[in-house]
Amino acid sequence: MANYKDIINSLQDKQGGIIEAFHALQREYNYIPEEAITEAAKVFGVSQAQAYGVATFYSYLSVEKRGKYIIRMCESAPCHVAGADAVIRAIEKHLGIKVGETTADGKFTLELTECVGQCQATPVITVNSEPVFNVSAVKVPEILSAYK
Amino acid sequence: MAEEMRLLLEHADKIDPRQAEDYIKVGGYKGLEKARQMNRKDLIQEVKSSGLRGRGGAGFNAGMKWSFVPPAPVKYVVCNLDEGEPGTYKDRIICEKNAQALLEGMAICGTAIESKQGYIYCRGEYPFVVELLNKAIQSAKAVGALGDFDIEVRMGAGAYVCGEETALIESIEGHRGEPRFKPPFPGVAGLWGVPTVVNNVETFAALPYILTKGAEWYASIGAPKYPGTKVLTLTGDVNNPTYFEVPTNYLLKDVIYKLGGGIKNGKKFKAVQVGGTSGAFIPEQNLNTSIDFDSMGAIGAALGSGAVLVLDETRDIVDIVTRISKFFEHESCGKCNPCREGTFRCREIMEKINAGRATEADINNILLLAKVMKRAALCGLGQAAPIPITSTIEHFGHEYRRKLLQYA
Repeated sequence: MANYKDIINSLQDKQGGIIEAFHALQREYNYIPEEAITEAAKVFGVSQAQAYGVATFYSYLSVEKRGKYIIRMCESAPCHVAGADAVIRAIEKHLGIKVGETTADGKFTLELTECVGQCQATPVITVNSEPVFNVSAVKVPEILSAYK
Repeated sequence: MAEEMRLLLEHADKIDPRQAEDYIKVGGYKGLEKARQMNRKDLIQEVKSSGLRGRGGAGFNAGMKWSFVPPAPVKYVVCNLDEGEPGTYKDRIICEKNAQALLEGMAICGTAIESKQGYIYCRGEYPFVVELLNKAIQSAKAVGALGDFDIEVRMGAGAYVCGEETALIESIEGHRGEPRFKPPFPGVAGLWGVPTVVNNVETFAALPYILTKGAEWYASIGAPKYPGTKVLTLTGDVNNPTYFEVPTNYLLKDVIYKLGGGIKNGKKFKAVQVGGTSGAFIPEQNLNTSIDFDSMGAIGAALGSGAVLVLDETRDIVDIVTRISKFFEHESCGKCNPCREGTFRCREIMEKINAGRATEADINNILLLAKVMKRAALCGLGQAAPIPITSTIEHFGHEYRRKLLQYA
């Protein structure tokens, strides 16, 4: 794994680049570790409180440790009318976790999201930001079995 | 008339949007060439007289917006690719089919306002579009198509409010995406405090065609006061849920019944929400309306982003609006009180109504709250959040009343 300091330093010349740095950190760790927030604050010249404020403002950034695969279930209106609630229940049942939790083996984290802009094939989930289309409750086990 | 009119999407799937050469073969970058030969005043006048109005939802004349930019040593061109309105994916489609037109449009704007640097703010949900755009920029730079105009892509991180232009600017600067007080408007003091033009993807991508074919030609397409084409995304209970590009005088009923192939499973129509989740719900008697900005406004609706969510006769409007009220509570940035508290209370009252625990007094309260939010919220999010509620109480009031306590 790349060192968090190297990741942050590689973006230090980008004006206002702290969000880009957080994205880069998440690509490596799937969340933003506390020491990385402190480091990013220093590199981008903001207070630790401001850096933490940014990290916790955006729904795609997380300061909590997450699983290897982050499943996001869209629950905006087009997915809602297409049956998002039933899909959420099916994923929760299949993984044995509730929304916001991570499986004991650290493999899956389940989150809710608003529209991901793939409304041609609702309901939609994303797994590590890759969209999966036309999901239904019965298809959930098969879809998730593809993630090793 | 029930045909699409493809302008931005004419070469969809026939050219590789990453490759500037592909785009040049179908006439690309001729608009920018022409823009560079014009004097700046004439260029802005050309865009103004084409009648092109912002496609992000606000409908402001693009050339007019540019004309407010004062002289300054550094200025920026910013593209809003944060499309977060549920049911909307037209900007993604424009990038995936014709990204070079967006780059060319931004460079045309750069020529008009004398800016050398553009930023594309792409929503965090589209990392694959960021990748595509970076390749497209690289290719355009490699063939020299953009000249000395540079474009950098910045990625958002899942905040609907960043579609508001000043919140977007805050986010590019690396801050929480909270809207600024206006004035000053971004045209005067925007990104890092300097004059900045923020336009939507679809607005920029129309510019090359306006330059090559002429303002007069563009102004003659579609509705006279909101000319050109509009890319729509159709979702919900229709047979053909996909994207279309139509002239702006296209009728809403034709979007649903001709392009959309009508209601799924032989059911009947109940309502359509146009413009995304902040849009009004439109009943059947208003379907014979043109989709353009002003015609939609005249029936108390908005074209907005061009999302079209169709609901069949079996759908529970109150349940859907309750879900929508959760969306706004979640997406409110919390900076201003009318929105932070208002979206929370709207969701609370909607849940009460949906659960059959409300009375007529709750309906009156939510209508009063809606009025306060529309007038007092700092940005468009809080101002528009109650629209789905008020429009459905107006047109589908019986669905609310049958869930009230005294009728239960």
